[in-house]
Amino acid sequence: MKTDQLINMLSTNVEPVKSGQLKKTLILTLVVGGLAAFFMMLATVGLRAGAGGWFHSGFMILKLVFMLILISAGTALLAKLIRPGQNGRKLYTVIFLSFLAVGLAGICALALEPPTAWDRMIMGTEWTTCVFCIPLFAILPFATLIWGLRRGAPTNLRRTGAIAGLVAGALGAVAYAFHCPDDSLPFIALWYGVMVALCAWIGAMLGPRLLRW
Amino acid sequence: MNVQTTEPELRALMISALGGDVAAHRALLERLSSQLRGYFKGHLNRVGRGPVEAEDLVQEALIAIHTRRHTYDSSQPFTPWVYAIARYKFVDYLRRTHGSIHDLPIEDSKEIPSPDDSRPVESSLDLRKLMAALPIRVRQTIQAVKLDGLSVSEAAAQFGMSESNVKVSIHRGLKAMARLIRENRS
Repeated sequence: MKTDQLINMLSTNVEPVKSGQLKKTLILTLVVGGLAAFFMMLATVGLRAGAGGWFHSGFMILKLVFMLILISAGTALLAKLIRPGQNGRKLYTVIFLSFLAVGLAGICALALEPPTAWDRMIMGTEWTTCVFCIPLFAILPFATLIWGLRRGAPTNLRRTGAIAGLVAGALGAVAYAFHCPDDSLPFIALWYGVMVALCAWIGAMLGPRLLRW
Repeated sequence: MNVQTTEPELRALMISALGGDVAAHRALLERLSSQLRGYFKGHLNRVGRGPVEAEDLVQEALIAIHTRRHTYDSSQPFTPWVYAIARYKFVDYLRRTHGSIHDLPIEDSKEIPSPDDSRPVESSLDLRKLMAALPIRVRQTIQAVKLDGLSVSEAAAQFGMSESNVKVSIHRGLKAMARLIRENRS
């Protein structure tokens, strides 16, 4: 085939392109994925029971703030990663710093308490549920995100996959926070932090296969 | 010719093309095809591959530029966008053909090579064979709108489809063609 033939074909009846469509798709996938994770939580472990219900303390706010920072920085990054030739270095710093801040806060909280309390603070009452649920709740948001990202043109598939995993993991963690009966900084730093990071790693592994175009 | 002189022109063409200007779209693809030819020939030469492969890549990149043109943000420079797509397609090509990414020297977008004036060779692809591999509905819409030059509404009436279905069908078809080109190589 001659390239001229192809150009002829591509430039016959060219449709105008609406701008902003990509951003809308991305936001739609986030909302659908987030809702899916939330309903998955309701259908499995359910809302936190007991005094105060799911909105129990400042720890709930802390969990949500930590995750919402990751979700917003991650989404802003994804919006750049699906446009060839763009990068967002500052956003990686935001993500790194929020992990670091929560990690340090966890260590400080431990330092203020006697070592006998550490076991309860770190392991909480349901760390195994947390470890299981965050990745589980992240599956559907990850799927919707990948679907949305495939409408863009990611050129760094591993990195795009990793950030998609991070955002999906954070959405899963938000859903889990509505159940999570454990209120301690080290618990959030360790289990929330590690599980979201794990989701990012899995995303990085799957990215090249799922996002290729 | 260097990027500083081509960037404003190409960017203006791209912005008009995104608005639906057919002439700008054609002019843009023609200009880009010669730049891309230079880029791919230069890079393939370094890994010991020839001009036919370069033409395959030029065509694959042109389809990518066309079908992914909505990913260009018109507030940003245009050359890095094209360059990132070309580089992605080249790295993908090396991966499929078991070359090494390390064969690709690191450079930045300032080094987009000058257009290559030598006559283009034909790619190894056969348009008819590519079309034959598409689902019938998709093939018909591409034939009608992209080759015979019917308008979308004429094609919609002819096939009893809605206009948006015709557009979706063409878009899918072009993406499928890009996929077939890649598979053809490996």
